[in-house]
Amino acid sequence: MRRNLIFILMSIEVMLNAAGLAFVVAGSRWMQPDGQVMFIFILAMAAAEVAVGLALVLRLYHVHGSLDADAASEMRG
Amino acid sequence: MPSLFYMAAAIAVFSTLMMLTRLNAVHALLYLIVSLLAVAVVFYSLGAPFIAALEIIIYAGAIMVLFVFVVMLLNLGERATELERSWVRPRMYVGPAILAALLLAEMVIMLLQTHVAAHSIAVGPKEVGTALYGPYLIGVELASMLLLGALVGAYHLGAGKREAPSEGSHADTYESRTVAGGDLIRAGTDRTVGAAQSDFHPDVH
Repeated sequence: MRRNLIFILMSIEVMLNAAGLAFVVAGSRWMQPDGQVMFIFILAMAAAEVAVGLALVLRLYHVHGSLDADAASEMRG
Repeated sequence: MPSLFYMAAAIAVFSTLMMLTRLNAVHALLYLIVSLLAVAVVFYSLGAPFIAALEIIIYAGAIMVLFVFVVMLLNLGERATELERSWVRPRMYVGPAILAALLLAEMVIMLLQTHVAAHSIAVGPKEVGTALYGPYLIGVELASMLLLGALVGAYHLGAGKREAPSEGSHADTYESRTVAGGDLIRAGTDRTVGAAQSDFHPDVH
């Protein structure tokens, strides 16, 4: 299993892109503009998520010195 | 047109699989960019050229640049140059270059048959804009608030480290003043304040 934080964020991008692709395909199947509108919303959400996520990755790398997702385990829920 | 769609879809799936199995982040980013371009071609062949343009401009143009910036930022140090030299080998560009060349060939083929491309627009940008600012207006407002929140949050997370060096005891030394450039300005203000006080006290007495 990949535990690199950069790869986790990139995989989130791929999943969001797949969801947007499904929306656009459905919108073009029934000839409705709602699917493309939903893709624009997904695009805005992905941009916000990437900005905050990459800032968090930079902070975690400065604190822990690694990109391992298991390194950030101070809370131990 | 269907064969072009299936070819772009196959390129998207293959490059995404290659992205998931790479070990270096830069190689994975190359394959991810090719995957996004292939998905943009899929959007174009599905009859959504506006969404295809948005995909290339925002996803492959803005978000991937953010990723590249962070990947390059995280590898600062002495061993960064050797690491870069070991990463950026010409052999690693072959796979993404072949896939991107296939996409380029598809784009040329699509541009040559202009009548088919112009006729196959299922839902145009005008209808999308009308729907976006009609029934989905509250969603646009919520997206703007989300982007504003992300901006403030990213700024807070990125600028939080700057407070730590300012707490040091060397903040008021001569070097820090000359580096900050405030010594020339502050010298004049100090003297006028002192002169004003020395002028003010004899008047009271």
